[in-house]
Amino acid sequence: MSKLEKVLYGNRLKPFLFLVGLILMLPFVVKSSYIFTILILIGIYSIVTLGLCLLIGYAGQISLGHAAFFGIGAYTSGVLTTSFQLSPWLALVIGMVTTFFIAYLIGIPILKLKGHFLALATLGINIIFYILILGLNQLTGGAAGLIGIPSLSLFGLPLTDKLFFYFFVWTAALLVLLLSLNIVRSHVGRVLRSIHDSEIATETLGVKVENYKVAIFALSAAFASLAGSMYAHYITFVAPPTFYITKSILFLIMVMVGGAGSVWGAILGTTVIMFLNEIIRFVGHTYFGISGEVEIVVYGLIIILIMMFLPKGLMHVISKPIQKLKQKKKVKIKSHKDMISQKGV
Amino acid sequence: MLKVDGVSTHIGKIKILHEIYFQVEKGQIVSIIGANGAGKSTLLNTLAGLYRPTSGTITLENDVISGYPANKVVEKGLSLVPEGRQIFSNLTVKENLLLGMFSKYYKEKKLAEENLTKILDMFPSLKKHLKNLGGNLSGGEQQMLAIGRGLMSNPKIILLDEPSMGLAPKIVYEILDTLMIIKEDLGTMVILVEQNVKAALKVCDQAYVIDQGRIIINGTRDEISSNPQVISAYLGIKSAGA
Ligand SMILES: Nc1ncnc2c1ncn2[C@@H]1O[C@H](COP(=O)(O)OP(=O)(O)OP(=O)(O)O)[C@@H](O)[C@H]1O
Ligand SMILES: [Mg+2]
Repeated sequence: MSKLEKVLYGNRLKPFLFLVGLILMLPFVVKSSYIFTILILIGIYSIVTLGLCLLIGYAGQISLGHAAFFGIGAYTSGVLTTSFQLSPWLALVIGMVTTFFIAYLIGIPILKLKGHFLALATLGINIIFYILILGLNQLTGGAAGLIGIPSLSLFGLPLTDKLFFYFFVWTAALLVLLLSLNIVRSHVGRVLRSIHDSEIATETLGVKVENYKVAIFALSAAFASLAGSMYAHYITFVAPPTFYITKSILFLIMVMVGGAGSVWGAILGTTVIMFLNEIIRFVGHTYFGISGEVEIVVYGLIIILIMMFLPKGLMHVISKPIQKLKQKKKVKIKSHKDMISQKGV
Repeated sequence: MLKVDGVSTHIGKIKILHEIYFQVEKGQIVSIIGANGAGKSTLLNTLAGLYRPTSGTITLENDVISGYPANKVVEKGLSLVPEGRQIFSNLTVKENLLLGMFSKYYKEKKLAEENLTKILDMFPSLKKHLKNLGGNLSGGEQQMLAIGRGLMSNPKIILLDEPSMGLAPKIVYEILDTLMIIKEDLGTMVILVEQNVKAALKVCDQAYVIDQGRIIINGTRDEISSNPQVISAYLGIKSAGA
């Protein structure tokens, strides 16, 4: 029990169990294979947004280039398993390690930039990556993309089965969530938040701010790479448009909508945006006869509205009443105790 | 002893500090006064390693600390309480204080607890806020927190950049009292940068006047207090001739 408490400290256990319960229950409720696919994608994208949330919400650094890291994972898996017949699991790990080091090396110079400049630099990385996968067509298949990526299998269970893949993806997402929660709570999390508040003060307290920023950037990139590999093996096909800056912006919106201040917000935001995405597409198509990327317009609107009315995201809105309820309970218990002690006197 | 020997600092291509010389002896509070833009913050930031001096040396006890980055300088025993306090507003008061011991935190958890108790005894008003976020404290409490955080690493010298900024006179005096305690009880050297010259001259042993990146006047507290130039320019009393 004490070990469990170490990992799932304090009041994190209940929401975590709730999420696990929800994940276990959904397959019994959801019969539509279409929605099931969305649930799988939510799991995959949550892994990206969890890392992004650590970077944005905790360390206070922005990235508009995480689709590139997502893409490095996807293409590493794709290329290594098709052209080189490597084991998918090995390819996945190679992808993560490679992405970590690439992000680390890129991070050293660009994380010296702040705010808008950092946003632009990361955007630049995404564009460079996009051009590279288009250009290296011998390896990547260029604009046509890479087909025939094998599906995963685990202990002989073919993960082509949607249900198995669903559980596999969400197990990974939950592990990433656990890791993130523990980073946030640790000494490292404290340092990251202090960097967010004041880099100068943090530096003068003896922290090598740069190292922390670069490390969390690289870690979040490695998460994105993991998600990218899963994506490649799930869809079994990758093509450049999936990894363009619009995807990076989408990841960012997911984090902002959920609320960057909490890692739970990442999963919430991802879920909300993914379903919204489908609703917009459906409504746009059936009622307005529009097809194509209408959702981009709506996203623009969402960003503006979130910035104006919910700068702390949905998670903040949800957690507030819960905390108030808890406080009320505490007060009640306290006044009860007071009464008892008074009677005793 | 802290010795500043001909230190110049450039920001970009502009020379902001011009060959600064001064020193702080053990058990002293040294005050640096000057108008807006005189270069006071640049000087403190240079001492703390946030800017690298383009000439000169800075020596703390027996260590030459000029050229070290900020995170090394604090390990050598120089602690900066930056301008505008720079509290971590999203961290609790306790977390703020513990971060002040960052360089020793891992190795010496027990020392951290001891220091925490020591600092809280010095700033009793922080005690009841331990679990509150730094950002929710009042201005005065935030300044106390910033100073407390700076003291957590047991520095040999602490640098304060305009601690009285935006605070009511009563709170300013509380802070000045604290500086005396730091000097006498902890034996820590203090450099106090102030625009509130009157306040600074109440507690310092030695004062330097800085103007356009140069030290133009220096002396003991009494010498500075009675210096006609200081009186007319910084204490707001017009000299007889004007
Ligand atoms: N980052 C910077 N880039 C360019 N010039 C700077 C920078 N920081 C400071 N300066 C210049 O250096 C000079 C000294 O600034 P500094 O902040 O040290 O003054 P100060 O004495 O602390 O003033 P104040 O009392 O307003 O805090 C000013 O002329 C300022 O314009
Ligand atoms: Mg200043």
